[in-house]
Amino acid sequence: MKPLMTCSAAALALALGANAAAAEGELVIYHWFEYIPQALLDQFSEETGIKVTMDTYDSNEAMLASLKAGGIGTYDVAVPGDYMVKIMAGEGLLDTMAEGELANKGNIAPEWADPGFDPGRQSSIPYQWGSTSFSVNRDVFDGDIQTTDILFNPPAELSGKINMLDSQGEVLAMAAIHMGIEQCSTDRDKLKALNAMLQDAKAHWASFNSDTAKEVLVSGDAAVGQIYDGFSAKARIEGANVEYAFPVQGYIAWMDNVVLLKDAPNRDSAIKFMDFLLEPENIAAVSNYAQYNAGVSGVADHLDPELAKQPEKNPHDKAGPAMFIEVCDEATQAVYDQIWTNLKK
Amino acid sequence: MKGPFDLRSYTGFRAITVLCLIVLYAPLIVVTVYSFNASQSLTNWEGLSLRWYADVFTGPESGKFKIAARNSFVIALIAASVATAIATLAATGMVRGGRFRGRALSFGLISLPIMVPEIVLAVATLIFFNAIGFDRGLLTILLAHIAFCIPFAYLPISARMQGIEDSYEQAAMDLYATRRQAFTRILLPLMMPGIISGFLLAFIVSLDDFIITNFVKGAGVETLPTAIFGSVKQGIKPNIMAISTLLLAVSVVMVTLSYLVGKSDNTK
Amino acid sequence: MAAGAASGGSATTDTYKDTRTWLLMPAWVTLSILVLAPVLMMLVYSFLTKEFRGGVIWDFSLDAYDQFFFDRGLFGDDPPRIEWTYVTIFWRSIWQAGVATLFSLLIGFPTAYFIATRPANLRPVWVFLITIPYWVNLLIRTVSMKFLLRDQGPLNDALIGIGLIDSPLHIVNTNLAVQLGLFYSYLPFMVLPIYAAVERYNFALSEAAADLYASKWVTLRRVLLPSVRPGVVAGCILVFVPSMGSFLAPDLLGGARNFMIGSLIEEQFKGNAGNWPFGAAASMILLSLVLIILMLSARQQARADKGGG
Repeated sequence: MKPLMTCSAAALALALGANAAAAEGELVIYHWFEYIPQALLDQFSEETGIKVTMDTYDSNEAMLASLKAGGIGTYDVAVPGDYMVKIMAGEGLLDTMAEGELANKGNIAPEWADPGFDPGRQSSIPYQWGSTSFSVNRDVFDGDIQTTDILFNPPAELSGKINMLDSQGEVLAMAAIHMGIEQCSTDRDKLKALNAMLQDAKAHWASFNSDTAKEVLVSGDAAVGQIYDGFSAKARIEGANVEYAFPVQGYIAWMDNVVLLKDAPNRDSAIKFMDFLLEPENIAAVSNYAQYNAGVSGVADHLDPELAKQPEKNPHDKAGPAMFIEVCDEATQAVYDQIWTNLKK
Repeated sequence: MKGPFDLRSYTGFRAITVLCLIVLYAPLIVVTVYSFNASQSLTNWEGLSLRWYADVFTGPESGKFKIAARNSFVIALIAASVATAIATLAATGMVRGGRFRGRALSFGLISLPIMVPEIVLAVATLIFFNAIGFDRGLLTILLAHIAFCIPFAYLPISARMQGIEDSYEQAAMDLYATRRQAFTRILLPLMMPGIISGFLLAFIVSLDDFIITNFVKGAGVETLPTAIFGSVKQGIKPNIMAISTLLLAVSVVMVTLSYLVGKSDNTK
Repeated sequence: MAAGAASGGSATTDTYKDTRTWLLMPAWVTLSILVLAPVLMMLVYSFLTKEFRGGVIWDFSLDAYDQFFFDRGLFGDDPPRIEWTYVTIFWRSIWQAGVATLFSLLIGFPTAYFIATRPANLRPVWVFLITIPYWVNLLIRTVSMKFLLRDQGPLNDALIGIGLIDSPLHIVNTNLAVQLGLFYSYLPFMVLPIYAAVERYNFALSEAAADLYASKWVTLRRVLLPSVRPGVVAGCILVFVPSMGSFLAPDLLGGARNFMIGSLIEEQFKGNAGNWPFGAAASMILLSLVLIILMLSARQQARADKGGG
């Protein structure tokens, strides 16, 4: 029992020490898993003398749940996706930055300077962006893949070999694009049709997996997979004969953003960090690591030249529009939740 | 084997045990093989390489993994020990404490942590810690782990105790042993297989926990599961396979040691 | 004594009657503060109004339970009908967990028995052997398991290689895969409690039975099994209950085409739905269900003890 007690005491001391963090010269980041190179964080600490602590999450919604359960006030910045920025702003979880507070705000690429989810970039800066569509194994199917029919009304040779992302937002948005209806529709007939279409489509689907979306394509377990562009590129580089589609009906665009959280304990450090990430060479380091795109002007010179040439990053001429996932109001969302439950019951 | 008339051995049980071990270890062979894969991919073999081991020890994240591994083992060791101690006392009270009102209720309370889905316990515990103003850190992880390890330790221990007639302790006490002596000298040694089983289950449960840990840990505090869960947008990296293989190697060394210790005991 | 052992030996004795409270106190205190209090809070939450996108509004509401039991159509304004969706999900989970428990018992009992009849100094080594695989994270183990079971995976290759089957068995993304995954996730939780109980078993009882011309299998069923029942019950609880709420194996191996309770509840807290009261209500219904099952089995055991003792 004695060594046990000493051990507990040591752990206690350790835990208390970890809790009694000084507020000066610190930065606490709430970030996705494996989405920023450690070297970049080290470089930031070196340049500014600010000690960085990072906590990670595995989905936008998990982050929101944790912040709403009391995590707010612990973290300085987080990295939510486009629609989640809007949700967090609506929930009052974001702080705003006055004009001029961010020295490098001018570096934001013009097309990302005034996005619908954060008009005027009051609380956020671009982190990485990309697209969500699907990839097809060309050994299995060599016909036309530039259509959402591949997912929702597939040819016989692909039926039963489709993996969808296990994510309500991405599946339902893609279904809306397929049917040509708006994402937050309130039209009952359209919603019923959407519900019915998904029920039929499910018969063609083998699985819903997000974590192994790449693995099922590489292993050949799935011939079609709904997937992010960077993920598909990795599958291709790892030897799968997959082609990433840009359907004529359209596809999903997403952008992750660094946001300033409300009640940030180290607000000054957070601003410094956001300025740091707006330097083209720094954010380029993230892109080279994560294989997605930056939203900062002048980043091209610092990117791995191979990255820009990837077929997953270059839509063909006939590709449909890239659409962000929209944020519905409560009553509309309730219907979409019901459709999702119907799909998976 | 003492031949067909040995009451203890049943035909087929040995075969089933072998099958059980094959089932348990087959996925780990996959892990080990692919930890030596040169490729980024988990499913494509591209030749032998030690790059992922180099990555574990010298890569940019090696520091993080080292601390995470230390945290995980310290927490699992303390949580399993404390939970086993609490469970042993509770089992004594429940199995040797006579019938009493609230016995069923106590059993319900003890098994509560396994009955509530982890995600619910995670969210609830987080809200609770916040409500009482408890700062999140290693300590919150430890406390949560102790709590949810208790039923995993308790059930094997109490199952064992129910199989021990109390005549042994009674006999000892008839021979003027104090109850404390009867407990430590008679009951506890008889209980050992149950206690070891309970401890091991609590240990692996703590070592494996992701959901609750991820919610109740403080910023920057990592355990192995929270450090190795790959991002949805990045996939599972092969260095995780290397870490897993290293963990296996450590545990195999420990088993070998315990085997040798057991062997030397036998020669005495 | 023999009668007590044969009836499961679980009749309580009262050696520690006077210190019982103190023995139970640490467990009571730890669990009340760290588990019961949060769970009670969730019980309260299940009767509150949901806040859009997670969280609760402190207004009493039965909406969560209403949603569970009544179907009001896609738009929520049809006349209420009985909702079968969630009952189906619960039944599916119980079934999958039940089959997984059966698999674990069929493999786990002989294994535990075999280990318990090894020489005393080797038993700990065997016990370690069973737990070693669990040092590797569950996610990694499950992904590897999936790799093994794939259509073009080693298992199918081997079966085709030895000529048992002609075309690959399709296992991944089926119910069987989920059951195998759950079985694999929790196997030691079956083996260890049974081992702890069998290790204590007095083989003189088997010999006595054999002297009375009972066959070996009759001895196993009539004498050994009743005597080690507490271990078997403990093992079944430790496999069945966590299996019901699990979601990693169903999601990765079963393809997540159909919700299980664990994924359904997870989705309420971590998914788009963000309906905490409904997640809390579903958890409370699950909790009540498990409690009822446990109490019934405890009562049955108590009755058996009375009959045997």
